[in-house]
Amino acid sequence: MELTVNGLGHSLPIGSTLADLVRTVTEQKRGLAVAVNGEVVPRGGWSVTLLCDGDRVEVLSAAQGG
Amino acid sequence: MSFELGGVPIPSRLVLGTGGAANLTVLEQAIRASGTGLVTVALRRVDTTHGTSGGLLDLVDRCGVRLLPNTAGCYTAGEAVKVAQLARDAFETDWVKLEVIGDERTLLPDGVELLRAAEELVADGFTVLPYTSDDPILARRLADVGCAAVMPAGSPIGSGLGVSNPHHIRLIRQSVTVPVILDAGIGTASDAALAMELGCDAVLLASAVTRAADPVAMATAMRYAVESGRLAYQAGRIPRRFHALASTPDDGRPEL
Repeated sequence: MELTVNGLGHSLPIGSTLADLVRTVTEQKRGLAVAVNGEVVPRGGWSVTLLCDGDRVEVLSAAQGG
Repeated sequence: MSFELGGVPIPSRLVLGTGGAANLTVLEQAIRASGTGLVTVALRRVDTTHGTSGGLLDLVDRCGVRLLPNTAGCYTAGEAVKVAQLARDAFETDWVKLEVIGDERTLLPDGVELLRAAEELVADGFTVLPYTSDDPILARRLADVGCAAVMPAGSPIGSGLGVSNPHHIRLIRQSVTVPVILDAGIGTASDAALAMELGCDAVLLASAVTRAADPVAMATAMRYAVESGRLAYQAGRIPRRFHALASTPDDGRPEL
């Protein structure tokens, strides 16, 4: 299936979960937050959230900012 | 020289923003030199093409300071609430520096959206620290809905123009009981000292340090400025007079 992750195209096998996706896009383990189609998915829900073709995913972390 | 924020003692009255530093090494040195106990971070996309190290969070841990996520770049209450919720999930803190910007040229807050977001986040259990304008009425409204502090701008973010309306900052200090943190506009040490002399409980600044020619030296200057300003506020300054008042007594003056 084809997803948009942080604004870029990304392919993943059908049946992949949000936790699978996060593992493929970053080695970072902590300090991460994720939204799918504009909705916050808390960390505890990543492994039970199945992704669908066309989903827009934002994977976020800390950056310098005032 | 600590103060209390949301029921938590914060060891320094200088809150440091991490935006604008040339690299993490300089940032770490500046954080340490400033003596701050609280630093802001933003929430942004991880770099999915090169991978990210999470170096900023490690740095914050090493320095032993508390993290204050911001909602920088949000223009609506809805957006800011979502970013705050994402930050809570990412950083395991319910503290948020709430920013809802009205205009990209001035980066001044949109008071209507800000108040709406603040209400929603307070109801959701957040400790809300709103970046607001120097409007005393809006500051009072934000305190009334349960914000843990109010953070009026001295002048626009990154402008270095200092405290453009000292009278309003003083009015804000008088009109709320929560801490007042002067946030934005500080250019140099005297600006931070002035904010503290006006009665602010703390100063939040980023660019003034991170974009200074020597960020570590400026971080040190800000540390002393905030302490000096606070001490001067507590000491009680002399009233301003139109004419001179001699400090040397006239009594005993020789006739020559």
